[in-house]
Amino acid sequence: MEKSKTFLFVKKNWCKKCGICVEFCPKGVFKLGKDGYPEIVALDKCVECKLCISLCPDFAIFSNPEKKKDYEDR
Amino acid sequence: MMENIIHDYLRPKKSFPHVWCPGCGDGIVLNAMVRAIHSLGKSKDEVVFVSGIGCSSRAPAYTDFSSLHGIHGRALPFATGIKLANPKLTVVVFSGDGDALAIGGNHFIHACRRNIDITVVVINNNIYGMTGGQASPTMPTGAYGATAPYGNLDRPFDVCKLAAAAGANYVARATAFQFFQLEKCIKEGIEKKGFSVIEAVTPCPSLYSFFNNTGRGVDMLKKLRDRAVTTQKAATLSPAELEDKIVTGVFANENFREYCAGYAELVEKAERSKKNEESL
Repeated sequence: MEKSKTFLFVKKNWCKKCGICVEFCPKGVFKLGKDGYPEIVALDKCVECKLCISLCPDFAIFSNPEKKKDYEDR
Repeated sequence: MMENIIHDYLRPKKSFPHVWCPGCGDGIVLNAMVRAIHSLGKSKDEVVFVSGIGCSSRAPAYTDFSSLHGIHGRALPFATGIKLANPKLTVVVFSGDGDALAIGGNHFIHACRRNIDITVVVINNNIYGMTGGQASPTMPTGAYGATAPYGNLDRPFDVCKLAAAAGANYVARATAFQFFQLEKCIKEGIEKKGFSVIEAVTPCPSLYSFFNNTGRGVDMLKKLRDRAVTTQKAATLSPAELEDKIVTGVFANENFREYCAGYAELVEKAERSKKNEESL
């Protein structure tokens, strides 16, 4: 069976640049951008361990594309 | 596909981002609690989320459960009233270390003694974060705060030992970094009939870090990860080795009589004796 495509999105106006996702991701999916916000650089390496969405204290990481749409203007 | 469940439970009209500082553990604990409730299959109306005053006590304002944001230290009396009025509800209390152990200290030990079916998550960040960094009852000896400029003289409370000694049915501790353990502890606490206390050790990257120079939220979480040991491992360590460690795990899992059940029995007994008197 084909692996379902992983989706991750960081909502910038909720993110407080704490850097927890960048630090604790075991596969290096995130990288700190120039503006201080995390950037998703290697989504193909993601093993869906859920550590980033669990440890994000600001609930700023979205893993469902439909939810992202619902929350776009908040 | 992995899913971030918390977004289903956020209050629709509340504006985000929340008030907690960057790297604060309160959001992590709230996420763990929401996931525990989700895994138990409870609806939003079945759960009442009660809190007092403090950083962590802002949590009910962000989630879409029935909620009550009460007065300082008095979250437990409110929760006791809610549970006694409608024992079918699941009552969860969020309380900070100052709220639960200093201002509401008496309520805390007597709620443990009463053993009513409430789950309390004590979020322990070792300091009064909202009011400016005063020394809280769980601040370690020698740590600095606004009211302890030369180091704290008092010894800290051990929340778990206190709750277990006061008679709570379920007592556990986890750090904010141990997310999945924390979620499991909260789930077990909600499932357990009787008073459940879960201590969540969180970092305070603003004020505790300001006075004690412990770095950003990430550094403090890493420190928590390195300091945490399980109860099994702690049994093999000497007191000197345990000095800087946080012992995590389940500390009490008893089956004392639950208060609501006892109250129902009492009502029945009183009605029976009243009937007997009338028949005489």
